[in-house]
Amino acid sequence: MNQQFNLKGYDMAQAERLSAWQALQQRTKHGDAVFWVLTLFFALLVIALVFAVGYVVWIGSSEARARFGFSFLFQSGWDPNAGNFGALPAIYGTVVSSGIALLLAGPLGIMIGVFLSELCPDKLRSPLSFLIELLAAIPSVIYGMWGVFVFVPFFRSVVASPISRSIGKSVPLFAGPVAAGRGLLVAGIILAIMILPTVAAITRDVLNAVPNHQREAMLAVGATRWEMIRKAVLPYSRAGIIGGLMLGLGRALGETLAALMVIGSVKNTISPSLFGGGITAASLIASELPNANDSLHESTLILVALVLFGITLAVNLVARLVIWRSARGPVGSMRA
Amino acid sequence: MITQAPNYTRRKWADRFMRGLTVGATLLALIPLVLILGYVFYRGIGGLSWAFFTQAYEPPVVSAGGEVANAGGVLHGIIGSLLIVGLAMLMALPIGIMAGIFLAEYPANSVATFVRFCTDVLSAAPSIIVGVVAYVLIVQRTHQFSGWAGSVALTVLMIPLIVRTTEEILKLVPNTQREAAMALGAPKWWLTTTVIIPTALSGIVTGVLLAFARAMGETAPLLLTVLGNNNVSFNMLEPIAALPLLTYKYTDTPFPAQNALAWSAALVLTLLVLFLNLAVRWATRSRMK
Repeated sequence: MNQQFNLKGYDMAQAERLSAWQALQQRTKHGDAVFWVLTLFFALLVIALVFAVGYVVWIGSSEARARFGFSFLFQSGWDPNAGNFGALPAIYGTVVSSGIALLLAGPLGIMIGVFLSELCPDKLRSPLSFLIELLAAIPSVIYGMWGVFVFVPFFRSVVASPISRSIGKSVPLFAGPVAAGRGLLVAGIILAIMILPTVAAITRDVLNAVPNHQREAMLAVGATRWEMIRKAVLPYSRAGIIGGLMLGLGRALGETLAALMVIGSVKNTISPSLFGGGITAASLIASELPNANDSLHESTLILVALVLFGITLAVNLVARLVIWRSARGPVGSMRA
Repeated sequence: MITQAPNYTRRKWADRFMRGLTVGATLLALIPLVLILGYVFYRGIGGLSWAFFTQAYEPPVVSAGGEVANAGGVLHGIIGSLLIVGLAMLMALPIGIMAGIFLAEYPANSVATFVRFCTDVLSAAPSIIVGVVAYVLIVQRTHQFSGWAGSVALTVLMIPLIVRTTEEILKLVPNTQREAAMALGAPKWWLTTTVIIPTALSGIVTGVLLAFARAMGETAPLLLTVLGNNNVSFNMLEPIAALPLLTYKYTDTPFPAQNALAWSAALVLTLLVLFLNLAVRWATRSRMK
């Protein structure tokens, strides 16, 4: 007789007559219940971890929340030594550098996804995907270092200086001084390289999920390949691509070290020029929390972390929801 | 008889142009990859000497004629990184694999859905946030930067990766295997540990290796927890060195000899990541076809 299939009825009948201890022995005879509880315990631990992260950041920032509320997010002038906490430059730097990254990596990543999924010869597809995804595997400190030693000097002499001397005279967005070359635009470009694989990989996965009769129907009425992609494939997967862009944005918002190394660490004012220095929320935390002056300084930085956590969480959850709804499955969940 | 549409030429050229653009975009994305890898190799390969792997930090000596070239090695960073990531693996492996088993073997319940949601939240959290949590929980309480605080932070970062790969790999094991084992009377825990896991072992190892590679290169949380140390240290209760931290710190110094060390440390990290990714790709090549 197979106990697997009538376990419930069997146990209920026994439980009435057996003591609690005997019932437990009966239930755990094969070890299955123990195994289930064990795996369940570790699974619940993962849930607990998420709540612990939220709880710790919430409690850690209570002093700053009681002191300023969230108003300090909209004030300029960060100077912990003088007791001034205005996180607006950090918020501005985060939004601007991530925005630039998304603006650059978005169209490029979608094009790459289209190429990998629709046009690439079969033999090249997997090696090219691997190379693009390798960009995501390189540690962020190496991006930062390459930025400091190679990209920033190049960008300064070839792009930033000429532009600031010509266009920058009339457009404040590109005004000088370029100084050391570190600034918002450079950080945005480095972040763009870092989020490119995310956008490309998810676009590719979403396009792969488009059913083939979409393509066949379009080709059958005489469309070229590009017309097929533009009219039948991209509209079908629009939601998923938007989700991919948002996942990329989430990654850019939380990126710490590469941004810290190339953005120039100007913490107290907002530079009107993209060539000027700035700071992002994540890099502000990384540079000041280990040597914070006092508990208020610490607490304020943790409050910045709380805000950052909230924003990236919202962006990521909406992105995943959109992707999931469009592809009917967790596409691209391996990359985040 | 087939006649061409009147606007066919324009459409054909638009098609070619856009196709060319997608090829161009792909090549454009490969440029930074080649440049970064190329530069790291070019600048780092010269510094890979015996001393680099066997010596610790030495203060740069500024003589009258300039700076002395030899600036020691990164032995302290290698030891520190292995200790920190090793301890993190010890903590992350049981949690990640057991939770992955739960998701794959008991999939259809609301707890599993919520656990999946939570792993997504964890993998979405910026690494600096996890660093802040470890800082508040451990560094603030013990008034001491320490190696194991860094391990805790890395554990939290590795868990979602291990959970998701374990789940996905276990789901690839055909159900007939489970049924065959059940038909022989094996209880679920027995068939999971002796049939399912061995079948999926290579895949699980793959996920663990990728998590390892990611943890080795993670810098931001270490900045808040481990702090760094200039001496060879095995004490996880005190500040300890780590390879990515050294790369960061030696980048920001004015001494060329330390910058060279940073490049070589970056090369070691890059080679590690490259090697692990290639190994994983080689191990999973049959599944990718």
